[in-house]
Amino acid sequence: MIAPESVPRVLRNASGRPLTLSQHEECFGPLPPGAPSLDVLEASGLTGRGGAAFPTAKKARLIREQRGHGKFVVVNAMEGEPAAHKDRTLISANPHLVLDGAQYLAGIVGARHVAVCVSRDDPIMVNHLQRAVHERDRHGARGVSFELHTPPWRYVAGEESALVHWLDDNESLPQYRPRRPHILRIGHAPVLVDNAETCAHVGLIARYGGDWFRRLGTPTSPGSALVSVSGAVARPTVLEIPLGVPVRSILERAGADPDPQAVLMGGYGGAWLDARHLDVPYANDALAPLGSSVGAGVIIVLPRSGCGIAETQRIARWMANESARQCGPCAFGLPAIAEDLARLALDSRGARAAYERLVDRCGAIEGRGACRHPDGVVRLVRSALAVFAEHVEDHVQGVACPASRSTRHYSAVPSLEREEELIWE
Amino acid sequence: MGVRRRVGGFVLLVNPILCDGFGHCAELAPDLVHVDEWGYPIIVTEPVALANLAALESARYAVRGCPRQALRIERVHDAH
Repeated sequence: MIAPESVPRVLRNASGRPLTLSQHEECFGPLPPGAPSLDVLEASGLTGRGGAAFPTAKKARLIREQRGHGKFVVVNAMEGEPAAHKDRTLISANPHLVLDGAQYLAGIVGARHVAVCVSRDDPIMVNHLQRAVHERDRHGARGVSFELHTPPWRYVAGEESALVHWLDDNESLPQYRPRRPHILRIGHAPVLVDNAETCAHVGLIARYGGDWFRRLGTPTSPGSALVSVSGAVARPTVLEIPLGVPVRSILERAGADPDPQAVLMGGYGGAWLDARHLDVPYANDALAPLGSSVGAGVIIVLPRSGCGIAETQRIARWMANESARQCGPCAFGLPAIAEDLARLALDSRGARAAYERLVDRCGAIEGRGACRHPDGVVRLVRSALAVFAEHVEDHVQGVACPASRSTRHYSAVPSLEREEELIWE
Repeated sequence: MGVRRRVGGFVLLVNPILCDGFGHCAELAPDLVHVDEWGYPIIVTEPVALANLAALESARYAVRGCPRQALRIERVHDAH
């Protein structure tokens, strides 16, 4: 098989229905025989696509050095971000590529089990994966056993420690990890958790090598990535783009509003990016000085007619409701932040006090949860206060903002569930 | 045997999942712990020298006095 020279890579031959195992092997060729090698992965420079952009080879090396048999590789296709659709798109296009990557990683770290985790609220994805896993079992699993797990859909359930906690103890709650890096374990067995898209890239690197992978992207963030673009676009889409292309070109390809006010990069725990900076390359090292990051590959476009404060407030309120309520600063702090934002957006008299409280509370909450959920909200709120600074000033002065009272919104926040209805197990 | 030289420093760490905001730590170690508006501890993050016996003593009181046993003292070696 010839290696594809440009994008689409992981979404190659994507159609309405997932490729079967034989179609998949016809398209990409079989996984090369022989022992999987960590050096190939290291040469590729692949970083995790789930949000943290941690080098995949480094993580695999860490788990490989751990003792213990019965290690696990966990494929994280939970996709807790309501604005992200990339794992869904990937698995409806080609589940076997993801499983190939997981199998290769299992070979590297010496794992016997691969646990594929997908939220049970998405029966179509569960179906696709069930089928793919079943197909693999029939055609000989080659020393690795695949199992499918369906945790409940929660924002934090896709966080790696929460996912491992679910597999270990049937509770989708994040764990306390005082030292990093922390080895997550199921029972006593070390676990390697990787995002579904990362696994798909590993599946290609295994076939075509690390140098091929580096042909796209920048030296520091090589390869291609999936981006879910939503908000003020012709229709929400998932695109596969080489890393390092200007953000503006991604928006053009998605048919977005040509003159947006700002874009939200990275998802609900990400940061707003002012429209002045749209020509910045879409890669972590270029976005970092602007306080932004690629994150989970989400771009939400906010048009000039929208109100960034109101949008942030909706997101923050939903995120506060999605807190696992384990840690005080998150359980009490996030609703307080959401409340302050609502004051700032709508209440002309209390806006100044709310603004000052908001700044204080952001400082008080940061870094005090067991997971990074509160930090994500703080980052979002801080970036909103910085990017929409002039607009915030209008709100503080009590100038009426028609957009904040409109019911039209762009960030597609799901409706709030009542606290007692949230399912964690 | 049994003698530990007082070089390096320590930090007081809280497990935020266990912590229920009783606030005993802030009373037992007022120099190391402050409480936020909801009663949860905000702990000084930079290491304190182990030679600072008063601080170490109060940190030990805080660890032993925590009703949820959420606090821990961790030694840091590269502190001055």
